Amino acid sequence: MTTTLLWVSLILLSLAILGALYRLLKGPSIADRIAALDTIGILLLSMIAVLGITTGTRAYFDIILVIGILTFIGTTAMARYIERGVVLESGDDGTNH
Amino acid sequence: MSLEMMEQIIEVVFAILILLGAVIAVISVLGLIRLPDVYLRSHAATKSATLGVLLILLGAFFYTWFVHDFFSIKLLLGILFVFITSPVAGHLNARAAYRSGVALWKGSVRDDFREAIKQERQLEIEEIKNRN
Repeated sequence: MTTTLLWVSLILLSLAILGALYRLLKGPSIADRIAALDTIGILLLSMIAVLGITTGTRAYFDIILVIGILTFIGTTAMARYIERGVVLESGDDGTNH
Repeated sequence: MSLEMMEQIIEVVFAILILLGAVIAVISVLGLIRLPDVYLRSHAATKSATLGVLLILLGAFFYTWFVHDFFSIKLLLGILFVFITSPVAGHLNARAAYRSGVALWKGSVRDDFREAIKQERQLEIEEIKNRN
């Protein structure tokens, strides 16, 4: 019973990743693609959690933290890039306003 | 009721929590596919995806706690981190989209941010004039 429920949720999550992949490939603007990538990262993270408890190991739980941090940093960097054209501002010359 | 049966019931309850999270994630991706513009889409993607992931990670946390008898700090940290960063990332993305000139959906009725940006530009222009 439990195993079936966990496998069903794994299948649902992979379907959700497929849907987000559609938005990533099609999305008219870059911001759409960034939102889709963010969603894919978060879904991947939860999929790894479910996979970890399905296989009965807790070795995968490190990956959750790493993917969470990488997704956030990636989204932030891309958003700043499309907003200003730079990822990190130098801040002293005032040309990037 | 025997102890074994209790354990089985607890297992199934947390598995259902995980399943609920997966269903919410699917609904949020449905919104990501179907909604008409980037702001509405990011509304669907950030809010409900965060809720779905929170439910899944909480289910996994309690499952490892009660079934595998292991209190996983990593999963708790993951929950906290996703809960903090996901709205921030969504907000940053929507703001960047607006400032880089992505148009609103035709049916949108109100746009307060345009006035704010206009005022900001005016202030910048005046500042440059004063400097010269």
